[in-house]
Amino acid sequence: MSQVTRRELSPGVWLRAVHTDKFKSSYLSVTLLAPLDRETAGANALIPEVLRRGTAVHPDMEALSAALDELYGGAVEPVVRKRGETQCVGFVASFLDDAYAMEGEKILEPAAALLGELLLAPYTEDGVFSSDYTAGEKANLIDRIRAQINDKRTYATQRLAQEMCRFERFGVDRLGDEETVSVLTPELLWARYQELLRTAQVELYYCGSAHPDRVAGALKEALSRLPVNEDRIDPDCEVRVTAGPEPVLVEEAMDVTQGKLVLGFRTGGLTCWEEGFPALYLAAAVYGGTTLSKLFMNVREKLSLCYYASATLEKMKGLVLVSSGIEFGRYQTAKDEILAQLEAVKRGEIEDWELEGARRTLVGACMATLDDQGRQEEFWMGQAAAGLDYGPEVLAARLEAVTREQVAEAARRLELDTVYFLKGKEV
Amino acid sequence: MEKLRFAQVGETMYHEVLANGLNVFVFPKPEFQKGYAFFAANYGGMDMRFYLDGEQHDTPAGVAHYLEHKMFDTQEGNALQDLAANGASPNAFTSNAITGYYFESTEKFEENLRILLSFVSVPWFTQESVDKERGIIGQEIGMYDDDPDWKVFINLMTALYQSHPIRVNVAGSVESISHITADTLYACHKAFYDPANMVLCVAGPVDPERICQVAREILPKEAGPIAVKDYGEREAPQAAQDHIEERMEVSAPLFQLGYKGDAPINGQDRLRQELVGELALEVLLGSSSPLYAKLYREGLINQEFSYGYECCPGCAFLMAGGESKDPEAVRMAVAEEAARIGREGVDEALWERVKKGVYGNKVRGLNSFENLCVGQAQTFFAGANFLDFAPLFSAVTKQEAEELIANWVTAQRTALSVVRAKEEGAQ
Repeated sequence: MSQVTRRELSPGVWLRAVHTDKFKSSYLSVTLLAPLDRETAGANALIPEVLRRGTAVHPDMEALSAALDELYGGAVEPVVRKRGETQCVGFVASFLDDAYAMEGEKILEPAAALLGELLLAPYTEDGVFSSDYTAGEKANLIDRIRAQINDKRTYATQRLAQEMCRFERFGVDRLGDEETVSVLTPELLWARYQELLRTAQVELYYCGSAHPDRVAGALKEALSRLPVNEDRIDPDCEVRVTAGPEPVLVEEAMDVTQGKLVLGFRTGGLTCWEEGFPALYLAAAVYGGTTLSKLFMNVREKLSLCYYASATLEKMKGLVLVSSGIEFGRYQTAKDEILAQLEAVKRGEIEDWELEGARRTLVGACMATLDDQGRQEEFWMGQAAAGLDYGPEVLAARLEAVTREQVAEAARRLELDTVYFLKGKEV
Repeated sequence: MEKLRFAQVGETMYHEVLANGLNVFVFPKPEFQKGYAFFAANYGGMDMRFYLDGEQHDTPAGVAHYLEHKMFDTQEGNALQDLAANGASPNAFTSNAITGYYFESTEKFEENLRILLSFVSVPWFTQESVDKERGIIGQEIGMYDDDPDWKVFINLMTALYQSHPIRVNVAGSVESISHITADTLYACHKAFYDPANMVLCVAGPVDPERICQVAREILPKEAGPIAVKDYGEREAPQAAQDHIEERMEVSAPLFQLGYKGDAPINGQDRLRQELVGELALEVLLGSSSPLYAKLYREGLINQEFSYGYECCPGCAFLMAGGESKDPEAVRMAVAEEAARIGREGVDEALWERVKKGVYGNKVRGLNSFENLCVGQAQTFFAGANFLDFAPLFSAVTKQEAEELIANWVTAQRTALSVVRAKEEGAQ
């Protein structure tokens, strides 16, 4: 059985430890939770990338790779995530669990030490980040920002969020933007890094066979250089209750063969902090979260209007985003049908199999989270950003109790705010 | 029932051949919530020409994939929905060599397994339902056409191979699928979906004997005739083309470098060639190789760079690619490094480190039921057991990797595929 504990290692520095021996690996992550802000997003996103290039002890990627190979091919990846209006930057790492080491050696302690070294003891030149590393990673980040256009499905959803939340922090992309990244220098980045280490709430995560006390010991030691600060910033998120008076339509044309239609709804202030959250979660699933959903069954299967149509919930911000791939000429028909399906949910026209199917899928997903270290880390990181403390089993139990009327009631809170349509270039 | 223990990696596998010829593999995992079942036919996108009952069949590109889409139809409706209604997440894929159907569920596993075995073994479609699917698959093909990562890969296949069917898009083209009728699909199902040409792999909190019992109840009692596949002429060792290029809407040039290898032998030798191929890539251009560090430093590759050994019946190759401002320079650099290794050999310390790293990665990969089950199905079709990699691993020598590099990474066997931005060089 696995046991989950949470403890504060120092002010604002938290460790969530999952004690289990069912995996072949141990999973570690360190995340700095910073308010999402256009001014700092690009720098925050760049920091873990530059840190990953080299440390004082392992000054380049070759040396770091060699160190990781010695730890049986451990992986340490810089990550930038966005949860509500919190930008979560840091590293996720996976190492072979001690039980499978060929020589019976301990892997956790050196792995934790390497993670701490990456975060706190970077390779420096003249007291700041290396200019080579900064320039190289800056170029890479700008490439990544530009490359977002390659995956049109994700791009369309991003563009919608950007347009819909133009005047909210949520509209800022997790990677920042080219303009703010391009002006960064090693000095500016260094200053931001120091600020981040001093002010951001720190979330540590471990999942594996080691006892939490041993994990806490290893991580405390590894992070001993982290500045002590009693007032690290708590994550926060603004929630807009109502949509604008009229839905806004944004159209763009590109050289593509398939159109992308994305609809953004506000949930009327219903978010993960409300009692009614499980009902909203279920409503989004009934509407477009599974292969049994109204969008999949009707818009895709029955009417063959699109290749995919699905709804996702942004639980902290209170948004539901419907994303679909359609033929250009079917914009109006597809949009009408997508909205008609929502009206059906709002009226409570939900068959038993639709409701139960969605519920079984969500409950199954919650339980399956316990079987996957990466998904569990994602879950707990999201909870940390939201300041919530319940586990996937608790969410599953709350989902079991939701009624059809509660689902309809939650759906009735949805208001269309913005529509984004990516169409082909006219010849 | 045969019980195989792979102590080194902490796995136990049960194996049974049923009277109808179906091979069943079960990995009991009592400590997990979810169960995973994978039911696969030894039939993929490549198998367009085959012989059955003495008759030659030439089927259009995309049949195996089309069949996969239609198999979910049942007399009562749709198996996808039946599984989803039980909270299972079902899906399927068609690769070059195999077609696999699977689900994961935390509840009603046995009931879901019955649904899976039943819908895959009983075809149920009409000309009307087949015609209706054409639009959906056409949209899917359209998505691939817009996907530069896919394009750069499939172009590489056409550059590396003269005639091997790996050159052909698994989903076919809008034109090729226009020739597919209900009769074509029934014929292919009959030719390849016989229990004796399939495997069932299950991992989860299950009893191996029960799994076999369910399979005996649902599936046909006896084995039928199985088609003989024809991949055309044996491929010459050289690449068909040196270079292939296409223009699309991408932010930076995408590239894939391919090195055409010797077609693999079956059984343990195939597994060994795979290990040698993977290790050869690691020492040649892997993340802890000197070449990788150099390319990264020079900005010729970024984090998107990835590489792998690929193989299916009749072909094997190494590939490496990602984004680069100068793909030709990457190709040159790899060729130079291969030549250097030819002269100086692989550094002993690098070899030992890389072996440790690759081993740890493979063991960590066993966390994934999907990896375990799909890996076992694929390896079994090729005549070995997936977990045999562990004992084989320590036996692989540095000389084998050096020889593979000397034989495969040569100018004649190399092809470079590039997707460039449209605007670039337009003036």
